[in-house]
Amino acid sequence: MSDNQFYESLDETKPGHTFLDSNELVLNMGPQHPSTHGVLRVILKLDGEKVNGIECVIGYLHRGIEKIAENRTWAGFGPFVDRLDYTAAVSNSLGYCLAVEKLLGVEVPKRAQYLRVILTELARLASHQVWLGTHVLDIGAVTPLFYAFRDRETILSVFEKYCGARLTTHAFRIGGCRWDAYPGFAEEVLKLCDDLPPMIDEYRNLITGNRIWLQRTKNVGYISPEDCMSYSITGPVLRGSGIGWDLRKAQPYSSYEDFEFDIPTGTAGDTFDRYVVRVEEMRQSIRIIRQAVDGLPEGPIIARVPKVIKPPVGEVYVSTEAPKGELGYFLVSDGGPQPYRVRVRPPSFINLQALEKMAKGSLVADVVAIIGTLDIVLGEVDR
Amino acid sequence: MIKSFLGYLHSGVTPGEAGNLIWITIYVLLVFAGVSLGVMFMNWFERKIMAHMQVRMGPMRVGPHGLLQPIADALKLIIKEDLMPSNADKLVFWFAPVCVVMTAFCAFIVVPFGRTHTITDMNIGVVFMLGVSSLGVLGVIMAGWASNSHYSLMGSLRSGAQMVSYEVAMSMAVVSAVMMTSMVTGTGTLSMIGIVQAQMQQHIWFVFSFFPVGLIALAVFAIAMVAETNRAPFDLPEAESELVAGFMTEYSGFRWSLFFLAEYTSMMAVSSIATTLWLGGWLRPFPNLLGGRNWDLAFSLVPGLTFMALALLCFFTFTRMPRIRAMRGDTAGLGGLACLLGVLGVVMLLPGVRDRVQDIFWFTSKVAFFMYFYVWGRTTFPRYRFDQLMTIGWKVLLPISIGVVILTALIGVRQDLFALVRR
Repeated sequence: MSDNQFYESLDETKPGHTFLDSNELVLNMGPQHPSTHGVLRVILKLDGEKVNGIECVIGYLHRGIEKIAENRTWAGFGPFVDRLDYTAAVSNSLGYCLAVEKLLGVEVPKRAQYLRVILTELARLASHQVWLGTHVLDIGAVTPLFYAFRDRETILSVFEKYCGARLTTHAFRIGGCRWDAYPGFAEEVLKLCDDLPPMIDEYRNLITGNRIWLQRTKNVGYISPEDCMSYSITGPVLRGSGIGWDLRKAQPYSSYEDFEFDIPTGTAGDTFDRYVVRVEEMRQSIRIIRQAVDGLPEGPIIARVPKVIKPPVGEVYVSTEAPKGELGYFLVSDGGPQPYRVRVRPPSFINLQALEKMAKGSLVADVVAIIGTLDIVLGEVDR
Repeated sequence: MIKSFLGYLHSGVTPGEAGNLIWITIYVLLVFAGVSLGVMFMNWFERKIMAHMQVRMGPMRVGPHGLLQPIADALKLIIKEDLMPSNADKLVFWFAPVCVVMTAFCAFIVVPFGRTHTITDMNIGVVFMLGVSSLGVLGVIMAGWASNSHYSLMGSLRSGAQMVSYEVAMSMAVVSAVMMTSMVTGTGTLSMIGIVQAQMQQHIWFVFSFFPVGLIALAVFAIAMVAETNRAPFDLPEAESELVAGFMTEYSGFRWSLFFLAEYTSMMAVSSIATTLWLGGWLRPFPNLLGGRNWDLAFSLVPGLTFMALALLCFFTFTRMPRIRAMRGDTAGLGGLACLLGVLGVVMLLPGVRDRVQDIFWFTSKVAFFMYFYVWGRTTFPRYRFDQLMTIGWKVLLPISIGVVILTALIGVRQDLFALVRR
């Protein structure tokens, strides 16, 4: 069905054309809706409970971040990327810094790289905890949300001690880190690593074995590996379908090659496998953090970078493995103090495109589950 | 007239049987007030229990430990602007909450809080309760239709389908309990009071009858009653993450609070059915194991002692309240509550009162037990999907409940045969 036909069929104002005439009911989910994770608008064409058509309308949170970049200095754009995926601000920051550093040809000191790894993995944990809480809430279980947010709080307090902010941290600078680890940082992070696995077990005890949870997630929102690749889906959604593609292993950046960790993959490509993959990723993140804290080298935390950054003329694309998938930055420099063009490849936006494929023919309740399992953040989708 | 007014007190029957209009009126008012108070308390209780299960505090600000929160909420709902969508079907929109509340409260006409503490004793009590409580679905469908909103419509259709399907399994479970009433005495009854008396005569609560048949019947009923009242994990009609608030989406203020009231009232009503049919209604626990006059006396003291214990708890908290100016009102309130509970406890220990009160006490605590399970389930489970819900209703619960009915009948026939042979 073309877009025009679709919108025409939604038009109930035409004489003799009401939704009662057809068997289909058009349900407008969002932009204000409890489970569209922000301001996503989903138009559903329903036959009873069955979803016959689905259309995403995005842009309600569009702030023109990519355009703003063209009026900021290279360093001045740093805080803005935190506002993309605000559940894992540090990961966005890492990607942008790596891209500018590649443009400049700067080598980041080892200590800064390790610090970056610790903080990004903590952010991955925090992001997955937000996902877990809200996803389970969408499916109807209220309690895990509070457990997940309680544990996320400990991570946020580490951020707060490190850089003063909890959510939009702006922890990294071009060339390294702005702050060194505060006294007691290592002990605190290691204690967190000890405390979290039992908590993850607690989520598992609450959710994983639950019959209702299994019924609600198994065989829901299936996507095949081939479809994943043709939609260029990345992150846990891709790994849930059985493709072990993780940029941290495939194209190691920021010293990820130093650490030992596994890439959890699913087999079924359904909501349950994606859930298992993300929970396992949390354990792997803890593994990485442990190694990074134990092996944290001494030395400077920031490379020598000029005060006014003027990268040479050229373009660069750097992608990192953000909690939600491949987060890429394509930067174009005209040699001036401001970026000529910044293009973000947001994993949420690209993963969201599979919603129609995954949700068509399922039930209304599944649509909510699928939006949850895609783990989108509208700040990143709309930019 | 005064004579007839006082005559009831010594009659030992329900006011309905006594035909005493004044007492009937008083009882209706008492039950209405009691249930409404129960709903308010339940609101606080649910929020507190959910909060503590979810590592948070729950209401703490209005009154000591948020005890006055339900009153504040009710006040807020009453003074809130009453919105009616411009495209709504005005009359139906207005009538829907009234219909829901009326049916929910009507069910309490036959609920036996005690041998004499019932508004009236109908010979078809159980059927009346099931019938009246299933009328509530009319109001729900009316609300969904009149709101002229897609969310409401879908919510009410879901609700209609769900309530009708679970009614079947529920009624089958009830049938098995009703059959049990005819076992030893040979006279089956549908009257709520009769069912409890049958359990008294058989010296067993029906939940333990022909173990595990009674237990399975109760389990089926308990699951069906959660679905029937649209509570988690079967809360699809008001599934927040899918349908915003289901059939209540367009309602606000006082009208919404009526739906809320009806929901909790019908929760209590179905819990009362379960209590009456399987848990021995107003009967005290362990009549066989701990029988005899001394134990009777001991158990009749329990209500008073419970109130005293609550009073002590309040007093303990009262002594531990922070001594600051801002908390002075709360502290005084808590002290007052402790005194009130203490006085009530003492009154309940008086001989004349304790015999009349203990029935109500046991009945209420059994209902409270079910209410706790409601809350527990709500915090624990994810929500079922609609097709899964229907599968459970028709393909799991209904066969089980029919099986239970057949089993009960077979066992009953066998027992009767034994009785015949012995004779």
